Amino acid sequence: MRHHRILRVVAKLLIPAILLFALYVQFHGDFGPGGGFQAGVIFAAGLILYGLIFGLDKLRRVAPPRVIEVFVALGILLYACVGVASMFLGGTYLNYSVLAHDPVHGQHLGILLIEFGVGVTVAAVMVTIFYHFAGRGR
Amino acid sequence: MLAGIYSLLAAGIFVQLDAVDVAFTEAAVGAGISTIVLLGTLALTSDVERTPLKARPIALLVVIVTGAVLIHATLDMPLYGDPNAPANLHVAPRYIEQSGEEIGVPNIVTSVLASYRGYDTLGEVAVIFTAGIGVMVLLGGRRRKPPRDDDR
Repeated sequence: MRHHRILRVVAKLLIPAILLFALYVQFHGDFGPGGGFQAGVIFAAGLILYGLIFGLDKLRRVAPPRVIEVFVALGILLYACVGVASMFLGGTYLNYSVLAHDPVHGQHLGILLIEFGVGVTVAAVMVTIFYHFAGRGR
Repeated sequence: MLAGIYSLLAAGIFVQLDAVDVAFTEAAVGAGISTIVLLGTLALTSDVERTPLKARPIALLVVIVTGAVLIHATLDMPLYGDPNAPANLHVAPRYIEQSGEEIGVPNIVTSVLASYRGYDTLGEVAVIFTAGIGVMVLLGGRRRKPPRDDDR
């Protein structure tokens, strides 16, 4: 990809916008369309585009596979821990109303946390799959 | 490549149907990531298909019967957008009327997905997690050294 100057320049312009849009979809999911799943795949698509244009080794330096593998588990762990936390605070599993003094605030907090967990796991799994498929032949 | 184009068109259809969430996913996963993974798979496999040993009539029969049962099941489904369909009468009115007070989130899809149906979503994330683990186990393990001649 060393000679594809147009591709490299366009990708450099697009990737920050894609990552920013992923964060917007993640944290604006309460109000507009979107949520953890969508944000995760959009974020992963941004990283994979970087890997396609600039090479797998550069992507490995940006997002080390060991760290990504940890994030695969961390996201779902965060989701499950929110459920356990709501149990300790006197509710049923994944009942976010008890997470804050006000039920509606608790719901907001719970949804924000679990959507973040979903996004982290989805993005990490997508990047992991890309690593394994693209790095296999070498 | 055709699959990617198809997914992009499908994403356009989903936008037309006001399902922007699904359109996001379809555009990013269907048109983007899965196309790349397909191309990666093509690069990994050889270009000649192994000839099958013999035809498998039982497998063909199972596939045909399953397909026929699935098509038969769709005949009983209510019409698209039917207000009297069971799916629109059970819990949907409560979600639409009360989620604003109970959850306080303007996007009903988010409150159903993350709060009312939190268990289902946890299960879905577990499925994705398992898929990632499966890919790691199948493709990621360190390749064993080819067996040397004196080991055989």
